[in-house]
Amino acid sequence: MPAHPAGPAAVLSAAGLSKTFPGVRALDGVDFTVRAGEVHALIGENGAGKSTLIKVLTGVYRPDPPAAPGAGVLTYDGSEVEFATPLEAQHAGISTIYQEVDLVPLMSVARNLFLGWEPRGRLGLIDFRRMHREADAALRDLGVRVDVRRPLRELGVGVQQMVALARAVSVDARVVVMDEPTSSLEPREVVTLFGVIRMLRERGIAVIYVSHRLDELYEVCDTVTVLRDGRSVHTGPIAGLDRLRLVSLMLGRELGDVRDQGLTRFSGSHDTAAEPVLRAEELTVRHQLHGVSLTVRPGEVVGLGGLLGSGRSETAKAIAGALPPDSGRVVVAGVPVRTGSTPAAIRAGVSLLPEDRKAEGIVPGLSVRENIALAALPGLSRFGLVDEARIDRVVATFMKRLRIKASGPHQKVGELSGGNQQKVLLARWLAMNPKVLLLDEPTRGIDVGAKAEVQKLIDELADDGLGVLLISSDMEELIEGSDRVVVLKDGAVVEELAGDAVTEDRLLRAVAAMPADVPADVPADVPVDVPAVRTASGGDDD
Amino acid sequence: MTDIDVGGRVRVDRDRLLRILQDHGVHLGVAVLLLVNIAFTPHFVSAENFRTQAVQVAPVMIVALGMALAIGSEGVDLSVGSVMALSTSLLSLYLGYGMWIALIVAVLGGVAVGMAGGALVAFVGVQPIVATLALMVAGRGLALVLLPQLKDVRDPTMASLGSGDVLGVPYLVLIAAALALLVAFVVRRTTFGRQLLAIGDSRPAARLAGLPVRRVLVLVYVCSGALAAIAGVLATARLTASDPTSLGHLMELSAITAVVVGGTPLSGGRVRVGGTVAGAVLIQLLTATLIKHDLPPSWTQIAQAVVIILAVYAARERGRR
Repeated sequence: MPAHPAGPAAVLSAAGLSKTFPGVRALDGVDFTVRAGEVHALIGENGAGKSTLIKVLTGVYRPDPPAAPGAGVLTYDGSEVEFATPLEAQHAGISTIYQEVDLVPLMSVARNLFLGWEPRGRLGLIDFRRMHREADAALRDLGVRVDVRRPLRELGVGVQQMVALARAVSVDARVVVMDEPTSSLEPREVVTLFGVIRMLRERGIAVIYVSHRLDELYEVCDTVTVLRDGRSVHTGPIAGLDRLRLVSLMLGRELGDVRDQGLTRFSGSHDTAAEPVLRAEELTVRHQLHGVSLTVRPGEVVGLGGLLGSGRSETAKAIAGALPPDSGRVVVAGVPVRTGSTPAAIRAGVSLLPEDRKAEGIVPGLSVRENIALAALPGLSRFGLVDEARIDRVVATFMKRLRIKASGPHQKVGELSGGNQQKVLLARWLAMNPKVLLLDEPTRGIDVGAKAEVQKLIDELADDGLGVLLISSDMEELIEGSDRVVVLKDGAVVEELAGDAVTEDRLLRAVAAMPADVPADVPADVPVDVPAVRTASGGDDD
Repeated sequence: MTDIDVGGRVRVDRDRLLRILQDHGVHLGVAVLLLVNIAFTPHFVSAENFRTQAVQVAPVMIVALGMALAIGSEGVDLSVGSVMALSTSLLSLYLGYGMWIALIVAVLGGVAVGMAGGALVAFVGVQPIVATLALMVAGRGLALVLLPQLKDVRDPTMASLGSGDVLGVPYLVLIAAALALLVAFVVRRTTFGRQLLAIGDSRPAARLAGLPVRRVLVLVYVCSGALAAIAGVLATARLTASDPTSLGHLMELSAITAVVVGGTPLSGGRVRVGGTVAGAVLIQLLTATLIKHDLPPSWTQIAQAVVIILAVYAARERGRR
């Protein structure tokens, strides 16, 4: 272990840690140390080994046996440890908040907070009064005010995340691991979260913070460790570390490349003279959409902007037949499509990449091959019998074209990284020869490298003549990726920006529904669902 | 250093052991039971005994094949036992019009029950366990309305279907084997089979991928109903009697046991046909072993329970990794 600059004692450290899965070396001699009162960012591309490292640190996985004396050991609080289960790690004082909230939706907030260590009264029964009081206090501490008796599922994802956090903090943790805690939070809640993290730091608790959002790291972290291909390639204080240098460390690419290519991989505008391939007319869904109309031309990327809950995903789903509209029409290449039927929309050439990739996109237990062939299956069969040779050809073509990284076509999709899962889904649709692609947050939850690749693919597909509707909360992605941006608010189109008007300033005004002559600075309390706003402005600081 | 290495190897072996147990445990169990019986059970190794065992297991196996499809689609079909009763009633009633007509009517009865169950699941959105529970009650009732008491089946063709053989292999066994191959083929090589697995693994994803989810689900329960009806016909032929009161009683549990012991996960997305066949054989051998050693029938049930728990344990432990 390299000696670290003087500071508080290391709470948890790994030296030369490795973890091998069948066919993959996920961690290859990683060194990692987190100290008391330190907020330590852990970053890297998908597949770099972040999740695996966290799972080893928190007892979900066991590391490989040491290859040499002293290497591959986990030290906690000065002594060598080996956690057999997550529970053991928890009891030792390592709490984890996972990306997906893992609580019991039907139970009350308080019960979730105290699940497994409820305060007991006489007879060993749960002392509800005390539990509610303490739960209320714990959440107030975090700046959250809710009725702790309400079932968790009635609350927003943000509040649920806060409950998970409160739970993690209140079990006397010495290390708190946060795996992309902000991915489902509103900006207001992010502010609260950061407040909590600073509070934890003052209490001398070590925080391991995993996120893809660089500006968050600069805002709240002290130290950063960059993982790449299962190795730690950089550890050091984050202050003073150039943002582009950080990205190049993650990607393993030269600084110059990153600068040349910008932070996104979109190349610019496409030919937009042709007749629309998709025309949505006056789509209306009770309480959700109010007469949304838009057009997409072949070879054009149309962005769909707006806040969380403005009706972006609903618009995409209504077009794709997954959400039956009360009224309105969808016309593809001049032919009206029966609404409310996914198969009809797909036959017409409309493909939707859903926002919730894990729950609605991939079929996790099936192989890469079966996932790619899934939608196109009837076309790859004769008399109901599957034509294996043709499937093999199609799968091989797309795995190569989309650069899907898997151990082979027969690997389960659930085992791939997020970026590669997204590519498998893209392949599934491209195998159908679609005319229109509806992409709902195609790069969410996948990291910089895979993100750039997916963005480049979107670009290439539009160049090939596909019409693309792009939904993204990443404002930079929306601006650089789209030829036009349709902005929604409360389920209705409020503005359409085209050409030179597609700028951050105009978009922000439209999203916030501000008239163009009001000064540009957006009030801080406007709940803009775009953390990347800061990235966009901070992206080119030197 | 060395002992840590050993520790690591032991752990790896445990994982592998669980995988082997889930994937092949059922075959292992069959092999062990065979060996035990060959060694300790008098008169076990005889053509006559093997025939008896095979003929007894054939109907369970056929029902389990349909059950495997239902479970693979993240469902279950509790109506199979009642479908067997219904098919035996229909068979007796229509035997006067000729055997083939009676056979077709009996199987159509199973198809109809399957269609009703599939429609409830796919179109109304009733949970499979509830939908097929309703049909289980209704099916047995209908069977008893059609044929209130036991009736002998005196059709020579039916009798020969039940007891005849080709080169010493009973028809029943041949039919069961053919159906197993057919189901394996359907699961592996047809679009229906692939779509069924995708639907069982992730219904929302299958829906958004444009799969004909409802059609596939209805078809799953139709297959299960038809297979159960065939099993009912074959059981009737073997017994040369129609007994809607007791035929197929608790068959749904035996079938589910065979499927689960065979390594098909209850969470759907996977259908193991070979495992299901072996699972049915395992249960049969277990029962036969205990009976031949003069243990009370209640022991059979306890032994079955132990086997189920072992199967579920292997599946669960593996899923935890």
